[in-house]
Amino acid sequence: MAEKKTLTFALMDPPYESSRSTTALRLIDIAAKRGHTINVFAYEGAVALPFAKQKAHANAVHGRDEAAENHPLPRDWIAAVMQEAERNGGKVDWVNCGLCVDERGVAEAVEGVRRGSPADFWKMASASDNTLVIPTR
Amino acid sequence: MAEYVLIESRDPFEFANVGSYCRLAASLAKAGNKVTLFLVQNGVLQARIGAKDGGMAEAAKSGVTILAEEFSLRERGIGRDALVPEVKPMALDFVVDRLETGAKTMWH
Repeated sequence: MAEKKTLTFALMDPPYESSRSTTALRLIDIAAKRGHTINVFAYEGAVALPFAKQKAHANAVHGRDEAAENHPLPRDWIAAVMQEAERNGGKVDWVNCGLCVDERGVAEAVEGVRRGSPADFWKMASASDNTLVIPTR
Repeated sequence: MAEYVLIESRDPFEFANVGSYCRLAASLAKAGNKVTLFLVQNGVLQARIGAKDGGMAEAAKSGVTILAEEFSLRERGIGRDALVPEVKPMALDFVVDRLETGAKTMWH
């Protein structure tokens, strides 16, 4: 197996807005499958990605109930990548920018998400083998 | 010599600065660095034969390796035979491979 690394990702996009969030979670999933230690610093709208109160819904326009609609929830994807990392001997340390959380009222996050500040991003990046920042436009 | 991975998620039809990013890739390659331009999301649209060239051809001539993410191509119905010869399809895993080896990786 390849050497385990520590990788840091900075995310800024809110859920349901941009392909960047999906691509970012795909990258994190690949790193989780390899058992790396993964740091995520969620800034601005990205702090809503692990918001615990995201709800699936039906789609009346298309005549689909909630189960048929199978609405994707980023909070479930984040919980899944955290579990995937642990299964492979790694971990995901997800830090939400606290001020960004307060501004948006999304304090209730899935288990494993902690509150922090941009200083945490600096610490994470300083202690990582590599860092990828995925900014908004 | 450093290794750079420049990820391009934008397409030149919507963003004029895609050309600047291609020129940055070309400059880094001309300076003797190993450079990959990795197209993802709408960034893959410029890889089609006949599409507006946002500076990709010049980057390739300068020694930049150009890759297009396979899933982004499939999402947009772009087959391998629709790609310009300078571009090769590649899995997203490539980015994590390079993060592991310490390549300087930037997202646009």
